[in-house]
Amino acid sequence: MADSVNGSNGGEPSPDDRINAVKDAALAALAVADSADALQEWRNQYIGRSGEVTLLLRSVGSLPAEQRAGFGQAANRLKNELEGSFDTRQAEVTAASGPAGAIDVSLPGRKPSGGRLHPITQTVREITAAFGAMGFQTVEGPEVELDRYNFNAMNIPDDHPARDMFDTFWLDRVDEEGARSILLRTHTSPMQARVMEAQDPPIRVVVPGRCYRYEATDASHEWHFNQVEVMAVDEGITFADLKGTLFEFARRVFGPERKVRFRCDFFPFVEPGVDMAVDCFNCEGDPACRICRGSRWLEILGAGMVHPDVLRRAGYDPERYSGFAAGMGVERVAMLKHGIDDIRHFYANDMRFLSQF
Amino acid sequence: MKVPISWLEEYVPITVPLEDLAHRLTMAGTEVDSIESTGSYEGVVVGLAKEVGPHPDADRLRLVQVDNGTKTLEVVCGAPNVATGQKIAFASIGAVLTDAHTGEERKLRKSKIRGVTSNGMVCSERELGMSDEHEGILVLPEDAPVGTPLGDYLGETILDLELTPNRPDCLAVMGVAREVAALTGETATPPSLDYPEDGPDISTLAKVEIEDPDLCRRYTATLIQGVTIGPSPDWLADRLRAIGERPINNVVDVTNYVMFELGQPLHSFDFDELSEGRVVVRRARLGETLLTLDGETRELTTDNLMIADAGRPIGLGGIIGGTESGITDGTKSVLLEAANFDGSNNRRTASGFGVRTEATLRFEKGLRPELAEYGVRRATKLILELAGGTVASGMIDEWPDHGGAVQPVELPVSGIERLLGVSYESELVLSTLERLGMEVVSGNGTYTVTPPYWRPDITIPEDLIEELARIIGYEMIPTLGITGSVPAWEPSPERDLRERIKDILADYGMQETISYSLTTPEAEARARPPEHGLEQLRVMNPLSAEQATLRTTLRHSILAVLSRNARTWRGPLRMFESGRVYLDKGEGVGLPNEPEKFVGVVAGPRSDLEWMSAEPESSDFYDAKGIIEALLGEFGVTAGFAPAEETTFEPGRCARIVIPSAGRAEIGVLGEVASEVLATFDIETAPVAMFELDVEAISKLPELQKLGQQDYTPFGRFPDSARDLALLIDDTVPAADVLALVERNRLAISATVFDVYQGDAIPAGKKSLAVRVVYQANDRTLTTEDLTKAENSILRALEHNLGAELRTQ
Repeated sequence: MADSVNGSNGGEPSPDDRINAVKDAALAALAVADSADALQEWRNQYIGRSGEVTLLLRSVGSLPAEQRAGFGQAANRLKNELEGSFDTRQAEVTAASGPAGAIDVSLPGRKPSGGRLHPITQTVREITAAFGAMGFQTVEGPEVELDRYNFNAMNIPDDHPARDMFDTFWLDRVDEEGARSILLRTHTSPMQARVMEAQDPPIRVVVPGRCYRYEATDASHEWHFNQVEVMAVDEGITFADLKGTLFEFARRVFGPERKVRFRCDFFPFVEPGVDMAVDCFNCEGDPACRICRGSRWLEILGAGMVHPDVLRRAGYDPERYSGFAAGMGVERVAMLKHGIDDIRHFYANDMRFLSQF
Repeated sequence: MKVPISWLEEYVPITVPLEDLAHRLTMAGTEVDSIESTGSYEGVVVGLAKEVGPHPDADRLRLVQVDNGTKTLEVVCGAPNVATGQKIAFASIGAVLTDAHTGEERKLRKSKIRGVTSNGMVCSERELGMSDEHEGILVLPEDAPVGTPLGDYLGETILDLELTPNRPDCLAVMGVAREVAALTGETATPPSLDYPEDGPDISTLAKVEIEDPDLCRRYTATLIQGVTIGPSPDWLADRLRAIGERPINNVVDVTNYVMFELGQPLHSFDFDELSEGRVVVRRARLGETLLTLDGETRELTTDNLMIADAGRPIGLGGIIGGTESGITDGTKSVLLEAANFDGSNNRRTASGFGVRTEATLRFEKGLRPELAEYGVRRATKLILELAGGTVASGMIDEWPDHGGAVQPVELPVSGIERLLGVSYESELVLSTLERLGMEVVSGNGTYTVTPPYWRPDITIPEDLIEELARIIGYEMIPTLGITGSVPAWEPSPERDLRERIKDILADYGMQETISYSLTTPEAEARARPPEHGLEQLRVMNPLSAEQATLRTTLRHSILAVLSRNARTWRGPLRMFESGRVYLDKGEGVGLPNEPEKFVGVVAGPRSDLEWMSAEPESSDFYDAKGIIEALLGEFGVTAGFAPAEETTFEPGRCARIVIPSAGRAEIGVLGEVASEVLATFDIETAPVAMFELDVEAISKLPELQKLGQQDYTPFGRFPDSARDLALLIDDTVPAADVLALVERNRLAISATVFDVYQGDAIPAGKKSLAVRVVYQANDRTLTTEDLTKAENSILRALEHNLGAELRTQ
């Protein structure tokens, strides 16, 4: 809308109107110039050598003499103002689109080549670290073991039905006494006896290692697997310590909000015996949950108070010492944590699997 | 163990919802795997055949007016046995039935049969999926309530229990009932054992002798004369079927039933087949054989416990009976056995013959001899009821060692808190143990507890503590952080080193893999490892021929992994395994050595495909060597590489890794895998660099003893200067010798090869080596003269010792 105060009596626009019209158009155009090219174009159009402001200045000579000074000053002010606006706008646009030497920062970087540890190694470390924080030291033992440690020391005598829980690979070798008693350990539990023989109480150990069972392989069974054994023996160790220690382990490995459930179970080398489960971390009892299948509880480990016969065989007086022990399958823990549906993935060693952990 | 609820309810009232009961049982150690319902029979109800009339158009079809409880419907039926007034299973339109011809499930649709619309179906057992019976329709008992869903009327709910090997009592419905009673505060009532004994004194008819009382602690027997062998009544047959057993005849079914009811295995003999009416329990004699009920002829050994008559074996004690003395349709007199056999011997004999019967499953767990009498009386009562006859009065009861009665267990009051970390009120202890059928006398700070005969697993105070804890509830025991002193820390340097190496190799871009430790000598040989002179340890019972021996090398494992991945993985193929090998020490000299090894392969492109460079080059020997050098460098160890030849590797491309600081101790080997070896593994990627490291050897290096405590060496304060030498030298001279000689100059602090060139302008047999030498003194800034002097001295030494000359353009 024309400004009536400065307006003249129609016809030719007044000089002030001409300046204002250029100013309004220039500022409007500048506001939408959003690239270096657009800015350059704007510059050429308004304040360049043949830009509109320059033309205004050049037109001073064609004005009546009394208007020349005022118009010239106004046009110069406009030129200065627009140059200032241009600089501001250019800074804005540059900030938004990068300087002339900009690179494509979306291109991938030069990655240091990083490999990964096998998920079993990672899981073993997680478990041993959880117990390590409670003073349990990591020790390891032989995979080729004597019947005497694997079974007898664990209160599983010959011809005992509990041997059915441990289908065994036997080696074609005789021991020092000529008995065919060398086997591939079926669990890490024989290390309970070996540690008690080698150390004096207090004992707190965590024992990871490979174990073997003579059983057919399917999605949830492998004849070759890893276990972690945990044992604490001292004067005054109770079932309450067992619960507290295993609860803390469950929180560290499965999350601080986990609930745990301890129920009665049987293992020949403990009494009372325990099965520990954690509540499913994947669902709220969804029957289709791929982790717990709706049971809400995930069985994690077997445990219990060390059986007095196990203590006695290792030379400990069960009247004086007590302890707890626990054992868990590493593959199972890893499968639960990562939602792995088939145990056979672990030893197929396919990079497409291994590289995910 | 399957436990039908209706059967369980015969002995204990179930006063809590089934889900709750299952939870309590599970928490207390008897895990309920599932609660199954047999037969849902959706859309099928008890119907009444109100009227049966002819079909207007077909002689063999009838029209049945069926009352389904709400209305009467007309149905076409082809069964010959349908009759007015019968209670039948009526399927409405939409019910899912088993097709009698195909055996497949299908939905029942309304259809016209010979012009008459059938509004449903009167079902046979086969159509209901109950059995193969399709001769006629299923006729229900007269008192079946019309309109009741068939599932409610016939269906059975079954607890499927996962039992632990210490609880043979729960291999019996009565035992589970006792457990339910203890957990719900109800009382379990055992079945009746009373029956009339109208026959002559059993001792005048039959005789039992136990020759080997170590293997048979007790033998009880009754004699039922004048029985009629026939099929069992429905209730008995149905119960056996519900738990997965096949009904045979009334007598055999009773022995089976009572085994599942009370847990005592029984055996029935055709008494007339027993020579002299005698049973002898003895070890078999060499050469004796027995044709058992499963049709196998067993050759017996003196370790097998036999049941014999006056002359020959008639049964394998507590495992399986013999054919000749078994019950047949013509059997008139039954000698019923309930004995107590030694668990270990029973288990050994059964597994020796490869038979796992329900009897063995119980005997091997060590039953109490007291149970035998309950079993034989219960079965006698049922046989009398179901097969008739007369029971001889009295019972044969051979129990040579009566002194082996149940021993009381002394439980100190303080023992409970000592083990559980919680104490229970005396009243609670007494009531809990008594609920479990135990007799308890308390006094002098001790509970003296006599367990019931059905709990052979209770022998020590800890067993009683578990009973208290599980019945009162594990959740009632506090959860406490472990207290007490923390054991003294013991270093485990080899394990720490192994884990550290894993971390470093992974950091260097290698993927850890884990392979099976069982393999075969042939598989190992494919990698052509060096001879170790040891025989592979062999598994006596391998699962497969490919997993027969313990590995003595990891080389084949990693090559197999490489082979598996080379086709599917486009990036660098860098993998390692850390694991044990198993080295036999020979027969009778103890367990094998299990040294820890590392093996790694480096193959494929050197890096992932990247936009800033061309297709990456193939990795080679020097990539693997760089990994080894850097790895050892992490421990402050400088390795030497001595040319070596090993069959695994390409000739001239293999080096032993030796450590000069440790008297050139060998810690491993490195090389490019021989092309013939790659071919046997079907690996087309080449070259493949492989290394093998011995963890123990590395752990023994002097630098490792000071790990974490290496001495600090001050660095020079004066500026250093670098100058390059271009040398012409025999191409057989190792670059390492040149560098070592250069570094012998006291001003030269490092020497690095930065170019090796052979070809144009280089005489044959020679190579050009470009070496950058950095000079530095620790007392002054070196002048140009110093540098020239040092350089000349180095050149003289190189020329004199290695025949090197300065290369002129």
